[in-house]
Amino acid sequence: MSSEMTVNDHIPIALRTEALEQILVERGLVDPAVMDGFIKTYEQDVGPLNCAKVVAKAWTDSEYKARLLDNGTAAVGELGFKGPQGEHIVVVENTDDVHNVVVCTLCSCYPWPLLGLPPSWYKDPAYRSRVVKEPRTVLSEMGLDVPEGTQIKVWDSSSEVRFFVLPRRPAGTEGMSEEDLIPLVTRDAMVGVAEVTES
Amino acid sequence: MTTIQPASGIADMGGDDGWGAAPRPDPQEPPFKEDWEKRAFAMALLSMRLSGTNLDAFRHAMNRLDRAHYIDDGYYGRWLYGAENLLMDSSIIAPGTVEARAVNMSGGQADEPAAPEAHKPDYAPTAAGSIRQIDAPQKFHVGQRVRAKVLKAPGHTRLQKYTQGHVGTVAIVEPAQVLPDTHAHFIDENAQWVYTVAFDSHELFGPDAETFTLNTDMYEDYLEDAS
Repeated sequence: MSSEMTVNDHIPIALRTEALEQILVERGLVDPAVMDGFIKTYEQDVGPLNCAKVVAKAWTDSEYKARLLDNGTAAVGELGFKGPQGEHIVVVENTDDVHNVVVCTLCSCYPWPLLGLPPSWYKDPAYRSRVVKEPRTVLSEMGLDVPEGTQIKVWDSSSEVRFFVLPRRPAGTEGMSEEDLIPLVTRDAMVGVAEVTES
Repeated sequence: MTTIQPASGIADMGGDDGWGAAPRPDPQEPPFKEDWEKRAFAMALLSMRLSGTNLDAFRHAMNRLDRAHYIDDGYYGRWLYGAENLLMDSSIIAPGTVEARAVNMSGGQADEPAAPEAHKPDYAPTAAGSIRQIDAPQKFHVGQRVRAKVLKAPGHTRLQKYTQGHVGTVAIVEPAQVLPDTHAHFIDENAQWVYTVAFDSHELFGPDAETFTLNTDMYEDYLEDAS
């Protein structure tokens, strides 16, 4: 494309998007209702709540947790989560000694069926370029200070394997039910740039 | 058909400096910030089917963008430009069509190129998705020391420049998958074993680097024995 276009012929991106849609619809190549369906799926139906359910179940059911760590794809499938960008799921567990964090340096590969579409920070060149080189510094910039004695493992998603982090269950939640734990589990914790807190 | 061009370009940014501080996450951020992003997202998904291509070709179509097109309109901007690349590669739209339509939509007058005759790649996947069952034995095993090759061939790849030439240890044997390097160019699925390889940060970034382990997936063709 660089040979055909330069920044000098830059068209506002919203107008450009509308122009392409108009052309494709006019030629009968695209059905706007199909597009609306894709958009609705990822705006309303598929998001981090799915993965929060997996995490809360793992925290309260040790046999499920063992299955999840052994075969992530099958275990999330038990809860009905599968689909594009979720062909093979590997779950990495945070412990008192190990902190995991997930990135895709080459694009923005992300486990859509579990977490929905990636947030802007995950797609940001600063995160993509630097979390594989200086993760402790990057996590600190994002608000997470990993203790000095904790080992950091970075997972750069470069094949169709999709990773997510099983965060540590926060202290003080021992009496809470699976259902009550779900709202505590955040997207950022399941990618590894935050911890789950009690409230 | 698609000309094979030099590899990942600006997209291969792992390990690069100069991108500034990482942003603070906003837990309330919606999936899309602006309406056009939704339409670009949906059209990009459809562009693969329309152009008779695949996900690896779509990634390569973004990797081929110059810096301005990759960066300036953000994530869904590069999805839109990538989709346009695929549609032009397969002659679904002629170059200049979108630009001319945009001019006409803003009150100007531009001749729009006629719809060309589609020319899709001679390609059909052998199965859905990217994972394949293969009979070939695994060339490497968990615990084996392996070196990421230094790639010289042009074209698509998922072998990041920051890992090339470095030695790590096989941590997980992953399912066999189609090789993006050939699949993106419709040459062959070339299904092969994939290995999650663990690299010591100092091996990748030198003695002064932060101490951590970097794990990343390597297609079998990317690796050679280093035991």
